[in-house]
Amino acid sequence: MQCPKCHSLMRTYNRSGVQIEQCDNCRGIFLDYGELESLTQLEAQWAQQVPPPPPAAPGYPPQQPAWGSHPPYHGHHKRHGVSRLFFSS
Amino acid sequence: MGAGGHDAEVLSEARTDHALISGLVGRARDIAGVAGRQWDVLNDRTGLVVRVDDVVVKAHRNGTDAAILAARLRIATYLEAQRILLQPVRSREGRLLFEVEDRLVTIWPAGEPVRPDDVDAVPWEHAAHLLARLHTIPTRGRDVAGPLPPAGAPHRVARGVAGLGDGSASAEIRRAFATLPAWTYSAGDTPAGSGSVVHGDWHLGQLVWHGTARETPGWRLIDVDDLGIGAPAWDLARPAAWFAAGLLPPRDWGRLLTAYRAARGPAVPPEGDPWPALDAPARAFTVQSAAVAVARAREAGRPLDDVAIALVDACRRIANVALRPCGYGDQ
Repeated sequence: MQCPKCHSLMRTYNRSGVQIEQCDNCRGIFLDYGELESLTQLEAQWAQQVPPPPPAAPGYPPQQPAWGSHPPYHGHHKRHGVSRLFFSS
Repeated sequence: MGAGGHDAEVLSEARTDHALISGLVGRARDIAGVAGRQWDVLNDRTGLVVRVDDVVVKAHRNGTDAAILAARLRIATYLEAQRILLQPVRSREGRLLFEVEDRLVTIWPAGEPVRPDDVDAVPWEHAAHLLARLHTIPTRGRDVAGPLPPAGAPHRVARGVAGLGDGSASAEIRRAFATLPAWTYSAGDTPAGSGSVVHGDWHLGQLVWHGTARETPGWRLIDVDDLGIGAPAWDLARPAAWFAAGLLPPRDWGRLLTAYRAARGPAVPPEGDPWPALDAPARAFTVQSAAVAVARAREAGRPLDDVAIALVDACRRIANVALRPCGYGDQ
């Protein structure tokens, strides 16, 4: 089809099952009836996706900076130390 | 809340400024339409925060700039559309910002935070995902219309160090402060290429579960007081500092970092050593947290606790590393 704006040729692309026409010249995008809704729905699904579980950590244990604590974790601080990470300092 | 709440009429038992609390509860009734029978002071350190039924009313700290806060509230409205941050409650006339007893006040829906005594329940992956999405928001064009203020993290560092007194712990903290690059405590010196939208004061208390019929339920960030443009590494810097001080288990830090990378967050390179990117802001938050912990212990007439000692020890190591031949370079 022809671009309604600049009358150049439009090319059809398929993105996640949604047909999109894009103009080769001005890059404008033409959406058929219902296509915007399909895209919005796909985006909402993506945004709501649960973050992937952490992969079985290749970089474990994590690196410390040059000034890092040795040992890397004071076990006895656990409850107290992490719980202070809940407040602005 | 609940058992810990107060009867709104019994203001004589308030822990902080009675008139201010009374005014905040009144605003919650007027603006948010809550009954306001129950209220509870959630925080009276960094601005007074009072929960009234299903809303939270915040009196921002003295000296807060109204124009800058208004700009931050505007970003919050945009970020709620992205399901990243809670958006403030509007009055019927569409206002977001109010005044009570000469303090700037905002009203928010109440979310459920992770409890500090339930550290195993921390949703590290969700937190990482939210931060990565915040950091990848385009800062130009129509998405975040209008100018964005700089993030408040450097100001927070400067304020922390300004409260230091005398004594050996304060001296250790000052030595560590002397290693910091200027951009970590002076917003005007922000390096080029650090233009992400950042929270600026991110920690585990800034994450709540929010679910209502109107909005999509999920984890959200809260608190816009330091929101703005800055280096995205600021938002990983406090947990990074806690990890480096031996206060956060490597497993937890690893979960946050791995998930942030998986979500393509821009604060650290996708793989390899994250510390070249994190080091300066993590040192800055170590200095700032140590300074505040020492100042609070002094005000309360208490000795330093385990956490304060671990942070001051980290400051000593920071200063000692700086004395080595390779030091911190340009970081």
